[in-house]
Formats: sequence, structure tokens, C-alpha cells
Amino acid sequence: MPSQAELLPGTLDLLILKAVSLGSLHGYGILLRIEQISRGALLVEQGALYPALFRLVRQGFLKASWGTSDNNRRAKYYELTAVGRKHLREEQDGWNRLVAAITSALAAEPGET
Amino acid sequence: MSFLAYFRSLISTLFQRAQADSELDEEFLAHIERHADDLERSGLPRSEAERRARIAFGSPVKAKEGCREQRPAFGLENVWQDVRFGLRMLAINPPFTFIAILTLALGIGANTAIFELLDAIRLRTLPIHNPEQLAEIQIVGGHNGLGLNQDYGVLTRPLFEEVSARQQAFSGLFAWSVNQRYTGKGADMRRFKALWVSGDFFSTLGVLPWRGRLLQRSDEGACPVTHVVVSYGYWQNVLGGRDLREGIKFMADNDLVEVVGVTPPNFSGMIVGDNFDIAFPFCQPPQLLRRDVFDVTVMGRLKPGWTVARASAELAVLSPGIFEATIPPNRGPEFTNPYKNYRLAAIPAETGVSSLREYDRSLYLLLGISGLVLLIACANLANLMLARASSRQTEIAVRLALGASRGRIVRQLLTESALLAAIGSALGFALAQFLGRVLVWQLSTEGNSVHLQIATDWRVLLFATAAAVVTCILFGVAPAFRATRTEPLAAMKSGERTTAGHERLSLQQCMVATQIAVSLVLLVGALLFVRSFRNLMTFDPGMRESEVTVAFLGFWQSDMPAARWLAFRQELVQEVESVPGVLSAASTTNVPLSGGSWEHAIDIGAQHGNSKFTWVSPRYFETMAIPILKGRSLTAEDTASSPHVVVVNETFVRLFLSAVNPIGQTLRTVGEPGYPSTVYEIVGIIPDTRYQSLRQETPPMAFAPAAQNPDPGPWAALMIHSNLPTAVIASTIKQSLKANHPDVLAEFFDFRRAIQDSLLQDRLMAMLSGFFGALAALLTMTGVYGVIAYLVLTRRNEIGIRMALGATRSNIVAIVLRQTLLALSLGLAIGVILALLAAGSAAAILYGLKPNDLLTFTAAIALLILVALAGSFLPARRAARVDPMVALRYE
Repeated sequence: MPSQAELLPGTLDLLILKAVSLGSLHGYGILLRIEQISRGALLVEQGALYPALFRLVRQGFLKASWGTSDNNRRAKYYELTAVGRKHLREEQDGWNRLVAAITSALAAEPGET
Repeated sequence: MSFLAYFRSLISTLFQRAQADSELDEEFLAHIERHADDLERSGLPRSEAERRARIAFGSPVKAKEGCREQRPAFGLENVWQDVRFGLRMLAINPPFTFIAILTLALGIGANTAIFELLDAIRLRTLPIHNPEQLAEIQIVGGHNGLGLNQDYGVLTRPLFEEVSARQQAFSGLFAWSVNQRYTGKGADMRRFKALWVSGDFFSTLGVLPWRGRLLQRSDEGACPVTHVVVSYGYWQNVLGGRDLREGIKFMADNDLVEVVGVTPPNFSGMIVGDNFDIAFPFCQPPQLLRRDVFDVTVMGRLKPGWTVARASAELAVLSPGIFEATIPPNRGPEFTNPYKNYRLAAIPAETGVSSLREYDRSLYLLLGISGLVLLIACANLANLMLARASSRQTEIAVRLALGASRGRIVRQLLTESALLAAIGSALGFALAQFLGRVLVWQLSTEGNSVHLQIATDWRVLLFATAAAVVTCILFGVAPAFRATRTEPLAAMKSGERTTAGHERLSLQQCMVATQIAVSLVLLVGALLFVRSFRNLMTFDPGMRESEVTVAFLGFWQSDMPAARWLAFRQELVQEVESVPGVLSAASTTNVPLSGGSWEHAIDIGAQHGNSKFTWVSPRYFETMAIPILKGRSLTAEDTASSPHVVVVNETFVRLFLSAVNPIGQTLRTVGEPGYPSTVYEIVGIIPDTRYQSLRQETPPMAFAPAAQNPDPGPWAALMIHSNLPTAVIASTIKQSLKANHPDVLAEFFDFRRAIQDSLLQDRLMAMLSGFFGALAALLTMTGVYGVIAYLVLTRRNEIGIRMALGATRSNIVAIVLRQTLLALSLGLAIGVILALLAAGSAAAILYGLKPNDLLTFTAAIALLILVALAGSFLPARRAARVDPMVALRYE
């Protein structure tokens, strides 16, 4: 397993939105999906997931509904709303700009101003 | 989210909380089971898989708490929960709760009461519209007693007229004065409070009539006055609320007046703390108004756009002309030179005027003192909370371990403090209503009742709330944060028997040191005021104080010619002297120690100066038990036609005649209206006696025979020596006078009582600061006791071991007392510095001792050492009684 990184503050919401954008999921599924799409590099504290989900639902980015899962267990499924999809796109653009800026800043060589 | 939606979700979350919680439970459970399924599939036994899944998930309580915090109603929901829990915790420990609330109620009650009084006297504005536009016109620096003076006499009426004619700053300008007058005839005369007003008084203030009409400019005219307005209180209480249309007429002194209107109930004149009965319009006496009688206060309403600063600038420019135009005739250069250089200025007058403001300094000091008592009470409470927090450490540790956030517990503990503060200040506020009235009642004396509205306005409410919040923060915050700083594991392991960390010990000791320091300040203050008051009470004014009744006899209603007044005065003295029970009696133009003063400028040889002048009848010195040191007393042989003579006091001799034999020397008074320049021969010398008040240094004084008084009035003030109580001798004299002279007014008061009433401020300070000092000492003692007892408890094992190893009981007591001594010495050192700084501000109202009085400081320090030792001795003895075996087994 590659070494795991702590999440930057504020990035958990983004990851959750991304994970859910690929299809509706229950809480544990979101956790697995994040692990999967980050190739196991990002560690999500399980207890912290639910307050974040709760918040995203409250903000209107996610929609939650009770359903039945594969092995006939009741579970709460989360899916992206239209607002959430738009929000995800904006956040994603913002994040990319930030990463690009920081990367270029860190790549700066002496004498280059 | 719209407000309505927010509100709906708030309501729904409040009501659906239980449902939401169970949904979360279900969701968490599903999560854990799924994780366990995965782990099981990877080859773990089911039980181990479930265990690992639970560990990976972490605390579900914490997760739930995290979700809850996202809800809009979170704050409200929690506050309510905290309050309920807090009330439960307070109910568990009634003695603690009782003591805490009582301490707070007393502290906040005392503070609020004193603040209410300050508010009523100093801060509240007059009940008129736009009071902030009101300004008073004064002479910069005052007129320093020049000319003749009356209470609230700031300017003269001619000055007021000049200012009115010239000023541009005010849309309306008015003058008023107050004095005492009488209604009725002779012995049935009743005193009332008269308010004299210029024509624009009521219209400028914007006071509307309650009944009839108020006075206006057309009511000003030639004396005597015929129309008056009465206050609501007088109309109700004395006139029985009669309909004005019936025509209410009565005699005010010698003038028949008719009531034309009643002022509204909330208007009690311009003097805060006083009221008026009857308002008279200014009138023009047949002779010109005197220009050297300072008897009116002048106020006005500033025009829009004008400030007091701008008005002052205008008045400064106008001043030379105004004073030049009003120079009194027949006054010498010692009057006119300073007079011409006076400058007028405007000051804000929205809060009216009040002689009670001389209590300002006392009240601010008392507010500081009661604030310090509250501080000590807070330190006590903080210590109690600390001790309680330590005993609740296990509970808090468990809650932390269960996933409660630190902030949540701090908030919970703070809620408990806030509850205490809220209940305590609510009670304190109620207490203040009562204490405030007691204080006002204390300010009233026989001759001068105080009418103050102790009302709860926004300032008082704000003050009480601020006091509650500050106390809550002072005693609640530190213990709350302290309590949550424990490591849950360590706290749970050591269970109830927590070991006293070194730091907590010093925090509590710091608080004890603070208490001792503050207590020292309060005790020094209390001792200073009590001793100052004692100095005044035991001060020998140089004359008889007890067994003296003062009579004021007025005969202005009788139709005798002014030329007979002097002789009649003498007849009255003889008549009073012949009443059984009267040992001796004498008339005087100035009742000593009553605040009155009469002064003449004198020339004596080449020297020029001032001396007090009093005209007394022959037996005055005998009646007042003032010995003649040299020369002779005044006698019946000193008549109007014999050479003018005076008896002077020692200060007079020291100032003017130190080099020569004073007997036989002469002095010449500088003439002024009614008192032509006169040469007096000094025939006797008396020792120094106090004149105006006990506090004032003895001025040079001269006593002349009553028969040589150049300007007697239709009245007489008599000093009566009798060993009967004032009430008894007064009624006897009254009866005898009534039979012979039905038209003579007679009023009496007890001389000693009047002197004591003049010490009101000192008595108040001594009483209240003494009370607060004692309270501070008591609180400190309980504070020391609490802390030391707590320390002893936490060091029980150590003490047990020490005793098992051979320490004697006195060793143990010494160990415990060392804790006290540390805090004590630190507290005393800081306290002495603070007390020295604080006492300086009280210097002005102390009598007969310096604020850094060594004896006072020593006594206060000794008292505090005693208090601290008393507080720590009991726990120390209990520590020494510890059975080592029991203490060790306990561990």
C-alpha cells in the first residue's frame, strides 16, 4: 500500500462530491470509492465522513434517500443534485488553478523572477 | 435559504431530533456492518472483523455530535440542554448553590443600589423635552462668595437681565431661585419650598400645565406677587386637589396669592433630589434690584446649531460689557475689581443642578468599594468552582472520552456559571431596589428631606447586566478551561483522588493573594473613614453642643415698625429666658456650625483683611459655654448709643494683632449696603471655636452686641441652654409665646442633632465602608478556609506519610500554615501598594488624618493576618489530626 496522506482541510467535501458524481452511493461506499479513485493514497477518517455528508445535504449539494442495497440491507443513498454538480465543477476548476499556481511557484529556479 | 424555510427547518429539527438521531444510528450501524463484511471476506473471524470495523469508525457519539453541529437549530438546542443540565447540577449541591447565589446577590445588589443613586443624582436628564439643549450660564471659577449669597445663587438678577438683552445663543433664557417661605398666620405658619421663576421659565422648559395655566412673562410685575403656580404634590397633599375654578387663595408670607395653575406630576423643579411647593413669578421691588446679591441660576435653551462651546465663546466676548453695566454702587474696589474681570461661560445643564452632587466623590468611591467586594466574591466563587471542577474531574473525563468536544464541556460549565450569575444578579437587582431606597432615606435629615426617584432606567439595567456578565466571566472561565484540560485517561485512572498538580495550587493561592490584597484596600478604606468620622464626632468645636436648642422666631407678620425690631428681639430673649427649664438664652445673627456665614472687610491699623461678624445678645458666651480669655464679655450696658465694641477670637488676634495687646485696639469695617463703615473697639478675647462647619478651619471672628446691629431683620435666632429635651422645652416655649404673641412664628431644632446631620456624608461613608470592609474580611476568611481545606484534602496522603515518618502535629500545622503565609505575604505586599494609591483619592473627604496613616495601615494588616490565620487554622488542625494509617489506607 502506498503511504497515505492526510486530507487538506476543506478537500473532504470536494472528494465526496466527486465520488458521488460517479453514481449514487451510501456512506461506506463513498469511503471505498474515495480510496479507490485516489488509489489508496488518501485516508478519510470514517467518523468525519458523516458530519461532512450531513453538511452537504444541508447545503443542497447532495440528496439523500433510503434504499435497499445489494444484500437486502436498508441504507441511505447519496446522489448529486444539479446545484451540487455545478458546485463540483466550480470547485474542481478552482482546485486545478490552485494546484497549477502552487506547482509553478514551487518549480521556480533561482534567478527567475 | 429563505427565512421562512430556515425557520421551518429550525422547528422541524427541534421536534424531529429524536428521529434524526435514530436515523444516524441506523446509518452508522449499516456502515460498520458493511465494513465488517469486507473484513470478514478477507479472512478474519466475524467477531474480530466487527471489532476492527468499530475501531475504524471511531466514536459514533462524536460523529453524531459532528452532524448535530451542522443543524441550524444547533445553538439553541444546546443552550436549552445546557441550561437544563446546569440547573440539575446546581440542584445536586444546594449549599454551594445557596452560598454562591447569596454572595452574588449581595455583591451585585450593593453595586446596583449605589449606581442607582449615582444615576438619579448625576446621570439622569430632566423630564423635559430635548434636555440636551439646556445650558447653564456661570461665572468661570465662580464668584467666590463675593457679595451676598443664597443657595443655588450663581448670578444676580441684574446680570440675568443684561445677559438676556445681549445674548444670541439661546432661543429662550430664564432664571430661577429657591428659598423657604411660610403660609398662614403666626404660630400656625407652615413652611413651604418656594421656587421663583422668570417669565420664560416654563415656556422655555416646555413644561405644560396639569391644571389651569403656568406662569408667563406677563406675570412678572411689581411686588407683591398675586399669582402663583403650585406643584402637583402640593396641590394634592395640601390643597386637597381642589378645582382651581373655585379660586384658591391663601397668604404666602404677607401676600395674598391666588393659584392659577398646577405643574405636571413629573416636574419637581430644576434641583435633582429636591422638590418645590409653590412657584412665584419674579417681581420688581419698589427700590432697584441689588446688584451684589447672587441669588439666581440662569439657564437657557440653545438655538439649533449652537453648542455650549460656541455659546461660551459668545458670552466671553459679551462679558466685559455685561459686568461693566452691572457694577454695584456703594461697593469698594475690593468688590468691583474682581467683579469687572469675571467671565461668563455656558455649561451643559441637561441633568439639572443638585447640592447632592457634593456626594459625587463619596458615591464614586462607594461604587469602587462595592465593586472590589464583588471582585472578592468572584474570587471566592472561582475557588469554589475550581474545587468543584476537580471533584467532577472523573465525570468530565468520562464525557471527554465518550467523544464530547472540549468546547462543548467548556460551554456546559460556563452555562452553570452563567446560571449562577443570572439568578444572583436577578436577586441582587431586586435587593438593589430596597437598598437604594434605604440609601436615599439615609441622605434625608430632619430639616432637609431628599426627594429622589430611584427608578430603573436603561442605565441601571445595563449596569446590572454588565456586572452579571463580568462576574460570570471572572469566576466561570478559568475553572471551566482548567477542568477540560485534563487528559481523560489520567483522570479516570486516578479516579476521585486526584493529585494536586503544582500549578492548580498556585492559581488558587494567587486568588487568595488577590483577595487579601483587595481586602486590605477595603479595610484601610473602612478604617480611614470610620476614624475620620470618629474624629469629627469627638471633635470639640470649642462651645457647648448638647443641651442646646435653637429657636427661629419670625415676626414679619406683625405690624410693628422696623425701628422696634431690635428691642422686640431683646424682649423675646428675655421672655424665653423666663420660661421654666431654660437655663440661659441668647440671640445671634448666625447659628454656629449651620453653614451660614457673614463677613465684613476690615481695616485694622495699616492691615486690611476679612473677619466674620456676628451680633449676639449679652449672655451668648455664657449660653454657649465659651470662656472669656482676656478682657470682658458683652453686657447689657453695650447699647445702640454706647461706643461700638467687639469680642474677637484668638485667630483674629494671631492674624491682625499678634504684636500688641489686643484689648483696646480698634478696627474699622468697610461699608456696604445697610452696614455703614463703623469703628469697633476690641474689649475681649475668646478661644477659637468652629464657625461654619466642623471641618472648616476657624476663621477670624468678631462678636458685636446685638443692640448695635445696624441692619436687624424681623426675626431672631436664639440659642437656648436647657437640660430638658428639645421637644419638651420647645413646646413649652411655643405655648408661652403663642399666648403673648400670636403672630410670631416659632421653629425649633436640636443643636447637637443639626451638627450630626451636617456630618451625614462622613457617617454614610463610615457606615458603608465599614460594612463593606467587614464583608470583605468575612469573604476573605471563607476564601482562605476553602482553599486551605482543599489543599489539605489533596495532600492527605503526603501528610499521612510524613506523620508515619515521624512528623509531629505542629510540623504538620506549620506545613499547612506555610501555604497561607505565602499567599498572605504576597497579598499584603500588593495590597499596601494598592491601598496607598487608592487612599489618596479619599484624602479630600477625610478629617483629622492623612490617607497614608500608619496606625490605620498597621491595624488593617494585623486584622488581615488574623483573618487569614483564622481561616487556615481549622483545616490545619484537621490535617494534624489525620490518622496516618487511615490516610495511607485510603490510597
